[in-house]
Amino acid sequence: MKKYLVDLTVKSVVRLNETCVLLSMTDDKPLPDSRPGQFAELRVDATPNVMLRRPISIHSFDKDANIIEFLVQVVGDGTRWLASLKEGDKINVLLPLGNGFTLPGEAGKRMLLVGGGVGSAPLYGLARELKQRNVDFAILIGARSAKDLYRRSEFEALGRVEYTTEDGSLGQKGYVTNHSLLSEKFDYIYTCGPKPMMMAVARYARENSIPCEASLENKMACGLGACLCCVENTTEGHKCVCTDGPVFSIDELKW
Amino acid sequence: MTASGTFGYGLEFADFVDLNKLGGFIVKGTTLNAREGNPYPRSAETPMGMLNAVGLQNKGVDYFAQNIYPLLKDMDTNVLVNVSGACIEDYVACAEKVAALDKIPAIELNISCPNVKQGGMAFGVQPASAAEVVSAVRKVYPKTLIVKLSPNVTDITEIARAVEGAGADSVSLINTLLGMAIDAERRRPLLSTITGGMSGPAVKPIALRMVWQVSKAVKIPVVGIGGITTGSDAIEFLLAGASAIEVGTANFMNPAVTGEIVDYIQDYLVRHNMSSVHELIGALQV
Repeated sequence: MKKYLVDLTVKSVVRLNETCVLLSMTDDKPLPDSRPGQFAELRVDATPNVMLRRPISIHSFDKDANIIEFLVQVVGDGTRWLASLKEGDKINVLLPLGNGFTLPGEAGKRMLLVGGGVGSAPLYGLARELKQRNVDFAILIGARSAKDLYRRSEFEALGRVEYTTEDGSLGQKGYVTNHSLLSEKFDYIYTCGPKPMMMAVARYARENSIPCEASLENKMACGLGACLCCVENTTEGHKCVCTDGPVFSIDELKW
Repeated sequence: MTASGTFGYGLEFADFVDLNKLGGFIVKGTTLNAREGNPYPRSAETPMGMLNAVGLQNKGVDYFAQNIYPLLKDMDTNVLVNVSGACIEDYVACAEKVAALDKIPAIELNISCPNVKQGGMAFGVQPASAAEVVSAVRKVYPKTLIVKLSPNVTDITEIARAVEGAGADSVSLINTLLGMAIDAERRRPLLSTITGGMSGPAVKPIALRMVWQVSKAVKIPVVGIGGITTGSDAIEFLLAGASAIEVGTANFMNPAVTGEIVDYIQDYLVRHNMSSVHELIGALQV
């Protein structure tokens, strides 16, 4: 897919809790096309401590409304700057990057989407796409606490959503891999979230012989496969998360 | 030109830069045999810079010749190959294979690699070992031989003179500066290798100083590298004595930057009533 370097206009920044915002952007021209699971590199003009772009997964892309959205969790100076953007601000964006999730080629499959915290971000765009394609799916999202579950009503508008929280404030208490939803039959699993969670999901998938894809977020610089910083050690050696991923089949991962 | 390891095989940047507009690009560090490189994490952001410890991950010179070279050979720009090695025999064998590729007009010899047969000390940190590897490669490589110098030395002009004496056609500098970054909360290094190579705007003053010193010390052309991020940075390196420049880490910040730098230099020449970039080389008024 052709990649673009564009100055986008901030449409809104909505604070979802003390650490996370929903960043919506648009442009006068049609936004570059993107697929669920792809990401963008956002240029940050903050402090000298932030020189590199920040890779953020695409939360949703609405072609008709010409809006692209990102969930940004504040973890340092760069993301703090992104969260402080105001309506009308311009930001330079490199997109679309990486390969998205593999979409089902045949009908009749039942998919499971497993997200953890802000890692649920790209699963929203995926769920929208699956719904549009009339694919049967269920969503399972885990977090520490109810306040760390993002965009609940939007997810719930797309289909069945189940939750787990570590403190039991919403859904079943515990981890996603303990949820009763997993006793149902699924043909394919997509997961994105903290690495320990994804590894547990991958273990469940292997034990039950379910194909599974995981979206990784290794630290990266260029996003274009040039710097070779974001590598994951796969069954075929070091692969770039930015261009060979960020979505990998768990069969490729040494988890 | 673009610096080795920051521009892939050039094609990764084709959506953002007209590659034919560049003076050339330098293909990432290529070795005789394929290398997996160092374990992740291999990079850390530092104030106006970054550290990397990629460890020369590449698929080897034969893979390059068979699979990448055919895609690059008809470009209307200079495609150079950065040649690295772990011992003199490997450098020589790799350089010979690149010499056989008609459309590669030059190599850049990376002498910052550790010499595995001599206790792992980098070839490029002592005049004798630097000259030894350059002489050996010179014997098998008839085209333009650029030697990329390490800044991690007491006197870079000494190394520059040594490689000039060993037959280098040009020197390029600087390679990355050895650095380190620590996660204070976790009390752990940020790189899997603990130390790594620092690059980016933060190293520019050091690079500029070394280019200035080396251009006074040798007669062969100097290629300036180190933190060049803007067109003005490029002009500064030319004024300090560089005959050409390489843009590295800035490609990660802005993948279109090299085209913008070319435009800036052309505009600068017009503004200053100059007909050629040659008028700028070493033209610093002191």
